[in-house]
Amino acid sequence: MQGLLHQLISGLTTGGIYASLALALVMIYQATHHVNFAQGEMATFSTYIALTLIEAGFPYWVAFALTLVTSFAIGAVIERVLMRPMANAPVLASVGIFIGLLLIFNSVTGWIFTYTLRPFPSPFGEGAPLLGGLVSRHEAGSAGVTLAVLVLVFLFFRFTKVGLAMRAAALNPVSSRLVGVRVGRMLALGWGLAAAIGAVAGMMVAPVVFLDPNMMGGVLLYAFAGALLGGITSPVGAVVGGFLVGVMENIGGAYIVGTELKLTIALIIIVAVLVLKPSGLFGRVVVSRV
Amino acid sequence: MLLELRALHAGYGDTQVLHGIDLAVPESGVVSLLGANGAGKTTTMRAICGMIARSGEIRFAGERIDGLSTEDIVRRGIAHVPDGRGTFVELTVHENLRLGAYTRRDSAVASDIERMLTLFPRLKERLAQQAGTLSGGEQQMLAIARAMLMRPRLLLLDEPSFGLAPLIVQEIFRIMRRIRDDGGVSLLLVEQNASLALAIADTAYVLETGQIAMSGTAEEIGRDEAVRRAYLGY
Repeated sequence: MQGLLHQLISGLTTGGIYASLALALVMIYQATHHVNFAQGEMATFSTYIALTLIEAGFPYWVAFALTLVTSFAIGAVIERVLMRPMANAPVLASVGIFIGLLLIFNSVTGWIFTYTLRPFPSPFGEGAPLLGGLVSRHEAGSAGVTLAVLVLVFLFFRFTKVGLAMRAAALNPVSSRLVGVRVGRMLALGWGLAAAIGAVAGMMVAPVVFLDPNMMGGVLLYAFAGALLGGITSPVGAVVGGFLVGVMENIGGAYIVGTELKLTIALIIIVAVLVLKPSGLFGRVVVSRV
Repeated sequence: MLLELRALHAGYGDTQVLHGIDLAVPESGVVSLLGANGAGKTTTMRAICGMIARSGEIRFAGERIDGLSTEDIVRRGIAHVPDGRGTFVELTVHENLRLGAYTRRDSAVASDIERMLTLFPRLKERLAQQAGTLSGGEQQMLAIARAMLMRPRLLLLDEPSFGLAPLIVQEIFRIMRRIRDDGGVSLLLVEQNASLALAIADTAYVLETGQIAMSGTAEEIGRDEAVRRAYLGY
């Protein structure tokens, strides 16, 4: 029983990381109807930026904030420079760009920062585990950070004018322009935010798995499974899906398929959702009268 | 003149639809643009808002706007209710209205939304509903309310009666008359229903295959034999 509880809680904490990355995927999907395959590698790159800053002597949270700002800028620049010219191109052209981005980010990260595993500090300390030994301090802290990000994103989209404009620009660019929304800027903003959210996921997962250029490969798959499970059109769904996938992965890995085959769980979830309920748990089925 | 078009050409890709149009909308005036399907009415609206490639001169409040982007044209005070209504179907009615006031920085937005809801009580009952679930008439009302929330100086209305039941059309035109009488907003109205359009307008233009075939006061146009036969059906 204690073991199951432990798996459950540890599933929730890794699930939080999937949730963040799934949210980043959903943000770009909502804006462009593309899944950014490079989201994970971009997050890894951001995590290396954070490590460089920390090693340069910046306090952790200053490095954290600077990393978010830099990642935001990188995301926005990618949208402006690479994606903008593709706005009217066929889907396959964008897919090509995403795959290219994935390979470029992966190689550039390895080239600049080398492929050796690097430890990444946790800001939450090494002290004794909490909740009677069930959760490490880092797990608790990263779950808190993840939740904070999710709440902020939710509030941003639900209650701010810019958040509303971003949703509008994604749903109906023509009408958005007619009410004065600068659609191009909204897309760049969306990419920037997604990159920043991905960076948080990277910085939270790195202390657990160690940092290397391929760190986010598996995480991206789980995040994608989470996004699909929750419904790729729903930010809330992405978050819930991310947590669910984390729990399924941990419990399935511990009791059913074993840790070596854990990644297949992600693939099973992806296939199952696409076959049984393509809109996911929370995905909006658009109703429309004519 | 609030809006002036001179020798306006526009089209889609290689297909030219407008072949040099001159048109003017005076301050606080109501102008109707009549014409058969495919004459270029919607194209004229889109050209004004910079949604398609165009050449020629477009002046708004004296300034050239033919080189500006749609966003910048809109921000100068031109609200466009497009054909098909341009509803954000996935967003709620209230969110649609808030988007109408997107460019505004003043604090009267909330009270303006209230004002629109008294003008269109049907929308009030459906504020939290997904806008795609509204009927066609309600979506048209939403589109007009959204455009008015911009506090525009010029309102472009593209076929507000299209596909709607006669009773709803009457209601929409009653509200448009109120908007006209409140002053402050000029209207450029594209309408297939010529008798309704002429009843509300001061001046009218008849568009035929991308050129202005005729223009004059709404009364003159309404008396014209050819117009009556072609567009009024008697």
